[in-house]
Amino acid sequence: MTARDAVAAGAPAPENPPRRALALHRELDRVWRNDPGLWGQVTSLSHSTLGLRFMGTAFVFFGIGGLLAMLIRSQLATPDGAFLDTALYNQIFTMHGSIMMFLFAIPLLEGLAMYLLPKMLGTRDLAFPRLSAFGYWCYLLGGTILIIALLAGVAPGEGWFMYTPLSGRTYSPGVNADVWLLGVTFVEISALSAAIELMVSILRLRAPGMKLTQMPLFAWYMLGTAAMMLAGFPPLILGSVLLEMERAFGWPFFDPARGGDPLLWQHLFWLFGHPEVYIIFLPAAGVLSTVIPVLCRTRIVGYGAVVAAILGMVFLSFGLWVHHMFTVGIPHLALAFFSAASMLVAVPTAVQIFAWIGTMWRGRPELKMPMWYVLGFFLTFVMGGLTGVMLAVVPFNWQAHDTAFVTAHLHYVLIGGFVFPMMAGVTWWMPMMSGRRRIRGLGEAAFWLVLIGFHGTFFIMHLTGLMGMPRRVPTYPDNPEWVWLNLTSSFFSFVMTIGFALFLMDIVLQALLGKRSPRNPWRAPTLDWALAVPPPTYNFASLPGAALQAAGAIEAMLPLARGEGFLPGAPRGRREILVTSVGTARPEHVAVLPFNSALPFVLALAICGFVLLMLAGFYEIAVLALIPVVGLIWMWVRRAPAGNDREEIDVAAGLRLPTRPRSGTTLTLSGLQCLLFADGTFFASLLFGLAYLSLVSPGAPMPAWPPDARILAAGAAAVLALLATGAVCTQRALSRSEAGGRPSASLIAAATLVFVALLALVSQAIWQLPDPTRHAGDAVRAAIIAYVGLHVAVSAVFGAYALDQARRGEPPPCRSGALRSWRLWHGYTLAVAALGMAGIWAQAAAA
Amino acid sequence: MLAVPLILAGCQGPLSTLSPAGPIAQDIAWLLWAMLAGAAALTLLVLVLVAAGFGPPRDVPETRWTFGLGVAFSLVVLTATLAAALWVGERILPHGPALEVRAHARQWSWTFTYPGPDGPVQAEGILHIPAGQPVDVLITAEDVIHSFWVPQFGGKMDAIPGRQNRLRIEVAQPGTYEGLCAEFCGLEHATMRFQVIAHDPADWPPPRVGEARL
Ligand code: HEM
Ligand SMILES: [Cu+2]
Ligand SMILES: [Cu+2]
Repeated sequence: MTARDAVAAGAPAPENPPRRALALHRELDRVWRNDPGLWGQVTSLSHSTLGLRFMGTAFVFFGIGGLLAMLIRSQLATPDGAFLDTALYNQIFTMHGSIMMFLFAIPLLEGLAMYLLPKMLGTRDLAFPRLSAFGYWCYLLGGTILIIALLAGVAPGEGWFMYTPLSGRTYSPGVNADVWLLGVTFVEISALSAAIELMVSILRLRAPGMKLTQMPLFAWYMLGTAAMMLAGFPPLILGSVLLEMERAFGWPFFDPARGGDPLLWQHLFWLFGHPEVYIIFLPAAGVLSTVIPVLCRTRIVGYGAVVAAILGMVFLSFGLWVHHMFTVGIPHLALAFFSAASMLVAVPTAVQIFAWIGTMWRGRPELKMPMWYVLGFFLTFVMGGLTGVMLAVVPFNWQAHDTAFVTAHLHYVLIGGFVFPMMAGVTWWMPMMSGRRRIRGLGEAAFWLVLIGFHGTFFIMHLTGLMGMPRRVPTYPDNPEWVWLNLTSSFFSFVMTIGFALFLMDIVLQALLGKRSPRNPWRAPTLDWALAVPPPTYNFASLPGAALQAAGAIEAMLPLARGEGFLPGAPRGRREILVTSVGTARPEHVAVLPFNSALPFVLALAICGFVLLMLAGFYEIAVLALIPVVGLIWMWVRRAPAGNDREEIDVAAGLRLPTRPRSGTTLTLSGLQCLLFADGTFFASLLFGLAYLSLVSPGAPMPAWPPDARILAAGAAAVLALLATGAVCTQRALSRSEAGGRPSASLIAAATLVFVALLALVSQAIWQLPDPTRHAGDAVRAAIIAYVGLHVAVSAVFGAYALDQARRGEPPPCRSGALRSWRLWHGYTLAVAALGMAGIWAQAAAA
Repeated sequence: MLAVPLILAGCQGPLSTLSPAGPIAQDIAWLLWAMLAGAAALTLLVLVLVAAGFGPPRDVPETRWTFGLGVAFSLVVLTATLAAALWVGERILPHGPALEVRAHARQWSWTFTYPGPDGPVQAEGILHIPAGQPVDVLITAEDVIHSFWVPQFGGKMDAIPGRQNRLRIEVAQPGTYEGLCAEFCGLEHATMRFQVIAHDPADWPPPRVGEARL
């Protein structure tokens, strides 16, 4: 029996001989630590550094968003608030909502997950450290653009869901709406990269022997969240791209006068927007499922049921988006269906709530500080959930929609279901993150102020809404009956603000002045607490096997630090982690991670340049700005540390692993699969747009097209044939190189074919496609062609890279290099080209 | 006990959904009160369960919590809610014939069209309807999305450029009622109010008073 089988069979992990912990620490720290100084912060790829930085930045944006909330509440305190003019008021509530959703909630949960997951899963870093860093810079730069716009008075003012046609060029002529579309999309790059990162890390970096069905619930929650982000953000990004194309180039996707449909925007937005709410809730629930059992000194009630509830939520949440659109005039049957579906999602929520309460019954809850926030969660979130069910009732929705009732509901859910659990989580992990103990008193005061302030502000807002006050109004001079309600809300909102300020102060003071915290102050069992506090740069001196995992954090701490687990130390001076199989976490190979690098920062800067040029309206130059982006990505790939499937590393007694899988997938390939999944959702949303505009929209009929169906069919067939032959050639090149041969001929053939296909596609698009500004039907068609063309172009770049690799004498025989990724990408390209052309054909047939 | 009428009096107002003026708004108001009572009871239940969790450790049958309470109990509550929703929904949807009037929205005003003594009449910001009978409002928009809402009559319905939506309203007593644009529509969204004057059926159609003839 090999050691590998032994691990799979659940026998005690093979141990390495114990060493001196301090020597091991020095050896690892030299390899894993950040560069010194400020520059070290720029080049850092450490998940701990980046996770903390994500969270810190998110709290800064929370402060800004909160400040804006105070401005809103001051304005609404009196009926004729003369404090802000209407244009400014509109910008302020739009920015409040957008900041809280995109710059606070999402990044905070990403940061927490980035910081924690490698520690909980028993590994040293995330799968793609450069991607984490890149995501952070996109977030910071995109967020900065939005804030600068706010200070300059050109912030978007159309509300956080940016309904068209109000957000179109005609009714929002300024740069304001572009700031939202481009800035938020820029920030969303970070959400997508975080999602890929977390997904691959959870599936492939778990400590050896940690089965998927045994991993900490927090990891399950984040797996669900990552999946939702991969499926949820693409529709928003698509919508933003289309709207920006309409604004910049006049492609009339949403313009009813030219066959477009404003409701298409609403569908795309809420296709994202509803899952978004669960994207925010799931990680918070993950925190609760982690914290509650430990504070009750027991196990969670119903691990399996909670996992099922998570999966149920992920699935159901994509079927509810229409409940934001109950008043747009949709068929009655659809109303009933989406109403029922919206209620159904309350079931998995209830399962979790009762699992948590059951856990409290089974154990003996301790009223430590995090538990107070958990109690705040129960009180607040249950009420928010129930008003949510009420809003799913269509007749009532018709009354309450777009009133202060909805504002109250959404804050009950967001603050109850996200902010309170996150406060619990931050309090819980602060001893780890800062290595220091809490200062008594501040947290308690903050909790009570927030709780009282929150309910004082928002509870009566339900009534304000029922008494007819719409949302998004700056004055209400004719309605004296709303005055006392608003004044009360405004008063308590200041109480809440003081509470939040105290909370933030508490964190800062704890980090600066707290007494040193002991290790694992909560006596928690999960691996994240099997570390020194604050954790060392490399997390684990050796990676825990099944036996050490079962022993729990307290028992495992010392053996791990002494290098008794897998892959101890950094004897080769490289950043090494263990890649394991998806289901059972069988060790597969050792992955080498990159060293500190400024490349992510530079790449984000280059993209920022592109975004700024687009904002300024220099569209031609903006296209040129993409050249450095491509060049930097090329460098990125070239600088990736290469593994070797000949080299064998001693991972544990009797277990030697290569630094590349001999068969099976590399991390890169897993990441590419995730990217293509998101890309596929993007494309599916685009096809949805095509179908919606052709079949559902009442707009002007599409003008006749094509001019000559035969020429067109021939052209499409030629492009597809070229792409298909290219796919065959990449396949041949791959088998050739895997058999140890030199694949040059097939490589050259494949690259040439792809390039010719690109030329054929572009020339046809230029000669055959009607002006995309003529009609929405023309515009979607052009968008589909552009999408396919972009993918063919990227495939051509892949080809060029593979050729260059071959020229450089890389990959050495029997290594596939970039070829496998290229084959995957090209296969996807072929599929979307075929589907896209079929869609266009169907559109022409339907017209 | 004294507080209840006081609070209810505080809920009155020309835009309050809690002082319904017609059967549709009335139905929805009852639905609201029923759901509110249910929600309060459920919140209380959860809080009591949480509080009881602070007692000594107990033996917890897992499926009773996750499946019994989590799935079965919540499904029962939700099914009841859904049934009520569908029942009220059916009652308030436009079924059968009704008088038709038009509401056309633009930034930032409303144009209404309703039957006059001799053909349709158009008016800015004032809609005339007969009391005591169902009326269908056909809602359209000129520029951006708006939403037609008279809280005392019932639900709201969006005015979307390129589409026409239908909303059934009904008011019991003659009088003047307030309406507003509920969907954010730009700078003057807050001031995009209108009035609905309900006439005694005996005086319908209303004599024209200086409005433009169509
Ligand atoms: C710090 C305490 C907060 C206060 C006092 C507050 C207050 C408000 C107010 C008064 C509005 C505008 C209502 C209207 O348009 O009439 C609003 C809108 C909104 N808030 Fe908050 N809020 C707070 C925190 C949050 C948080 C933490 C989130 C999300 C995580 C959030 C998300 C939103 C959203 C999405 C909107 C809608 C914006 C829009 O209509 O476009 N808020 N908030
Ligand atoms: Cu309006
Ligand atoms: Cu409006």
